[in-house]
Amino acid sequence: MSSSMRKLLTIITEAALESVLAKDLERLGVQGYTVTDARGKGSRGTRNAAWGESSNIRVEVVCDAATAEAIAAHLQARYYDNYAMILFVSDVAVLRPGKF
Amino acid sequence: MSTFDPVLLFFLLGLTAGLLRSELRLPAAVYELVSMLLLLSIGLKGGIELGKQPFGNLALQALAVMAMGTLLPLIAFPVLRYMGRFPRADAASIAAHYGSVSVATYAVAASYFASRQVQFEAHMPFLLAVLEVPAILVGIVLARGFSRDMRIGAIAHEALLGKGIVLLVGGLVIGWISGAEGLAPMNPLFFDLFKGILALFLLEMGLITATQFGSLRRYGLFLVLFGIGMPLFSSLVGIALGYVLGLSLGGTAMLAILAASASYIAVPAAMRISVPEANPTLSLAASLGVTFPFNVTIGIPLYHAMATRVFALTGG
Repeated sequence: MSSSMRKLLTIITEAALESVLAKDLERLGVQGYTVTDARGKGSRGTRNAAWGESSNIRVEVVCDAATAEAIAAHLQARYYDNYAMILFVSDVAVLRPGKF
Repeated sequence: MSTFDPVLLFFLLGLTAGLLRSELRLPAAVYELVSMLLLLSIGLKGGIELGKQPFGNLALQALAVMAMGTLLPLIAFPVLRYMGRFPRADAASIAAHYGSVSVATYAVAASYFASRQVQFEAHMPFLLAVLEVPAILVGIVLARGFSRDMRIGAIAHEALLGKGIVLLVGGLVIGWISGAEGLAPMNPLFFDLFKGILALFLLEMGLITATQFGSLRRYGLFLVLFGIGMPLFSSLVGIALGYVLGLSLGGTAMLAILAASASYIAVPAAMRISVPEANPTLSLAASLGVTFPFNVTIGIPLYHAMATRVFALTGG
């Protein structure tokens, strides 16, 4: 199995941001992303997803290191102050590097 | 106690279960479905009546209601800013919540009036839809001022195409096109089940309300006083407007209820995107934690009694 290394960027944030975030990601050049509903607890209290206003999403993006850095810098500058948002980056192996 | 609407008992059940930290919760998809059905059936019911109204009459009422939706946040803002000492963005956001409407409150009121055989203008859902939007725009302007970089397109999209507005207006249009006979085959789903759907919806509302009480404790007395005082004031504006527009007693009381209710779906969603620095916990604690329970338990009968009094005094 031949594989290449890419970055997996995971963003956990408020569901209200989903459409804005999707636009940002596309503008920053990602090829694709995956969104799942999420719930949990953090510095901004419990986000129990019982209804729209208190639900979270988890956005996952696989991309190269430069794009991951650009996204992280953009999100930190734009959203960290006013929104519940965390973001982390990990290394992943992919089989078809051309896709990412 | 037969005067107590059973749907309210569902609200109290949810509230109690939430406060006691029961594991009870409606699955998110069920809550979505139930609120969709509620919005559609309210829209359809209003739409059936729209066709019977003269256009000039409707336009005049819509304009008057828009003016009210603009005025109420303009009155609430200075109270919050200078008496409540809230930061500008928070004051603007809370003010917007109180200028807009809560469809759930309308639904409870419609059920209350139906069980008491109080007639009201059946095209009320049209005014409900009209009243949702102006306060959002006023709130954004109060927070931001008129600035050139305001993305009007994005704001309008947020304000006019929220799912609540789309379903409500969609229901109105479908009801208007189809008429009562056309809709008859759907009566079992949209109209016969209305009370049961409302009961389920209010159960979840009780659970959501319970989660707001914690933040209320943190943000204190002023929000509680505002959450009761503002709807009392707004209801007077609503009664005055209903009277001037020549609405029936039931219609005037309903307009008072619309004025008094505070949004918790359309406005929070729009504010979160357009005024991100406003703390959503504050406005939701006030509108959901105080005003919604106040309106459905005490407010609706009170505003009805106030309107009745005004009509008796003026011989209307």
